[in-house]
Order: sequence, then structure tokens, then C-alpha cells
Amino acid sequence: MYNRVEAQIRSILKGTDYLQVNVDGLAEDADLYAAGLNSHATVNLMLSLEEAFDIELPDRLLRRRTFASIKSIAEALAEAGVKAEAA
Amino acid sequence: MTPWLAAARAVGVETASRHADDVDRRARFPAEAFAALRKEKLLGIMVPRAEGGAGAGIADVVAICHELGQRCAATAMIYAMHQIQVACIVRHAEGNAWLKDFLMRVARDQLLLASATSEAGVGGDVRSSVCAIEPQDGRFKLVKEATVISYGAEADGILVTARRTPDSPASDQVIVVVPKMGYELEQESAWDTLGMRGTCSNGYRLRAGGEMAQVVPAPYADVSAMTMLPVSHLVWSALWLGIATDAVARARSYVRAQARKKGGAPSSAARLAEASSQLQLMKATVVGSLRHYEAALVSEDEIAAPAFAVAMNNLKTGTSRMAVQVINQCLLVCGLAGYRNDSPYSLGRHLRDAHSAALMVNNDRILANTGNLLMALREDPGLLE
Repeated sequence: MYNRVEAQIRSILKGTDYLQVNVDGLAEDADLYAAGLNSHATVNLMLSLEEAFDIELPDRLLRRRTFASIKSIAEALAEAGVKAEAA
Repeated sequence: MTPWLAAARAVGVETASRHADDVDRRARFPAEAFAALRKEKLLGIMVPRAEGGAGAGIADVVAICHELGQRCAATAMIYAMHQIQVACIVRHAEGNAWLKDFLMRVARDQLLLASATSEAGVGGDVRSSVCAIEPQDGRFKLVKEATVISYGAEADGILVTARRTPDSPASDQVIVVVPKMGYELEQESAWDTLGMRGTCSNGYRLRAGGEMAQVVPAPYADVSAMTMLPVSHLVWSALWLGIATDAVARARSYVRAQARKKGGAPSSAARLAEASSQLQLMKATVVGSLRHYEAALVSEDEIAAPAFAVAMNNLKTGTSRMAVQVINQCLLVCGLAGYRNDSPYSLGRHLRDAHSAALMVNNDRILANTGNLLMALREDPGLLE
């Protein structure tokens, strides 16, 4: 089972055509860029995450590597104050 | 002035400018200028000393592009594009022995490097590839429908972008260095254009092969963001500034000649002042962006930040527009003397060459990309930081 944050990240990715692979088959540390994520989509993904979690990612997290995997996105969200298990 | 800049100035004044009109008229490679640049060893200056080069920095190359741009824009553009390729290998070779050895050859043999990033079927998006590296027993094969390879026929090596593997998505690219003996070019289109005619940017089918070690280790996304894109925009802007600078110089000589006849500055001197003011803005943008790049080089975080990418995009879209504006002002100053092709104040070539600036990587594409990046930009940096 995924935790709430990871499940929501996956659900956001599923709702887009950013990746060229099935999101369900992706390991949490799989390289999203190798799966088709490009720089334009990265900004859109950032906007979707900010909207879904009602946060603003700080400048220092707006780096390519932040969006490199589901795991790194979850870590960035935690750093931005998103709690993994809270309702 | 560095000895490199002095040598480039001599090549520009003595050789490039003498052949510029013929290069333009016949849309031919500026062979004389490149023979002279090779003789002065200016093709390998950015190669580190450890690899037998001169260890020059980006500022040195920017200054040379600005210098050459004043004499022959095609020569300057070819020199600029070559140095972009060198910068990518220098900065991203990491521990790759094949690439380091290749850099030694660039310095020793003064190799001229070209680029095959454009491709049929990607709608002009150089961050997508159709072709792929096809691995085979530790070697690779690659076939690319390259819509443009500037001076491809004259190059000693080509840097080619491709998908990492035949299974990779279009955006998962690498860049591979292929020396001349490792590729064949089949010309598919010619280059008969409004300006920048001497760059001979024909289209080719490129068939390449080589060792896997020729693939630059870093993903092309990183090579592009950290080096290829900022360095391209810096060297291009510098040479566009060079074109505009020579246009202003011609307008100034025209007004001075008028002033001598009349015994005072003519009314067109005010318009010359306007051109000079625009040129100064353009120059400040180029120099400021160069300093921004040099400062960002020290930290991977700086260079990966959206603010840096926005600044480097704005440099390109801004200076490409400004170059044409400055030359238009100069044309009004010189009047028919500037419009004629057979006058010392002629500005036709300048104007035609400068119009390429907004198109080589279309400004509309860059502006759309910048608009997207601005969604990730939180605040502008302060004035003096």
C-alpha cells in the first residue's frame, strides 16, 4: 500500500500524459525523466502538486532532481510541510 | 586585451571582413577566415590545459564572437556554434577518457565541431528526438534525419542528440560525439536563405557509429540546461551585438562625413544617438548575462534554478529583437547609402543576418518556454545580487 501522499502523487501522474509508462508499474524511486517526463511537464506537475496539497514549493526545491522520482517528490512535499499520514 | 582577442581581431579585420560579401553572395563556407582562426589556434582555446588547450573561459569566447560578428556574421556564428560544442564536452566529459582524448585532438588538430540537434518529425523541438542510440556489442549505431547541420560538410566532428535507447521516450536524450571518420552525410536539402548564408546549414541524413564511450555521460537535459542553452544564448547574443555594433559604426561614419560637409552635426545625428543608446542597452544585457552565467557556474543549484533559465532565455529573445531594431535605426540614419549594396555604408547584409536571430530557435518557442518557467519563479532577485 502507498501512503496518502504517494497515492495522491500517483493519481496526479495518472491524470496526465506526462509519462509514457503505466504509473502503477513504477517503483517509487524509478526515474521519471527516463519514463518520459520533460521540462515543460515538470512545471505543470509542480503546479498540480501545489494545487492538490495546497502548498507552495520553496525556491530551493524547484530543481530538476526534486521531480526525478515519486520518492523525491514525496520528500520535497514533506519538506514543504505536507504530512504523510494526516487526513 | 587578451592575446586571443587580439588575434581574433586581426583575423576579423584582415581576413573575415575582406571575404564577408563574397561568402554572403555565394552562400559559401568562410574558408579563409577559418584557415586564419586555425592558424591562430583559436578553435581549441576552451580546451583545458590538461588536455593541451589554452583553458580559456566563456568570457574569452564571448568577446571573440562579438569581435568576429562585426566583420562577418557567418564566420562569427560558425565559431560560436563550434565553441558551444566544445563547452559541452569540456563541462560534461567527467571521467570519460574517450572524450578527454577527443578534446586533446580538438586542441592539437584544431578540429571544427558541428551540431546535429534539429530533426525531422519533432516539430522543431530540440529537446525531443526520434532517432535513438542503438547499442550493439559495446558499440552503437545511429541514423538521424537532421533537418539542419550548419557547416556539416566542413566539420571534423559532430555532436548528435538522440534518445538514450531505442525504448526511451522522446525526451530522454543523450548527446554523442562523433568524429568525421565515424559518420556519413547524405545531403537532403540546401541552404539558400535571406541571411547567415555562409553557415551552409544544409539538411542531411546522418549515419553514425562508434564506441559507447562517445556518449556524454550526463543526460542531455542537464547538458542543455547547464551548458548548451546558456552558452548558446551568450555567444549568439555577443555576435548579434557585433553585427549591430558595426551597423552603428557605419552610421556614425556616414553622419561624420555629412557633418564635415555641412560644418556641423546633421539632424540624423539625433537618430544615431538613439541607435547608440539601444546598442548600449544591448551590450549591458550581454555583459550582465555573462556575469550572471559566470556566477551561476560555481553552484549546480544556481544553474538549475528557474530564475537562471529565465534570464538566459530573456537574453536571447531580447538581444535578437534589439539587433534588428538597432540596424533599422542605422538604416534610417544612412538612408539610401545604407540601402545600397555598393556603398561603404551598406547595411543590407547586417539586416539580413540579424533577422536570423529571432528564428534560430524561434523566439515564440522560447517565450512559451519562459512563460512556463515563470510559473515556477517565486521572486526576482535584487538589483545588485
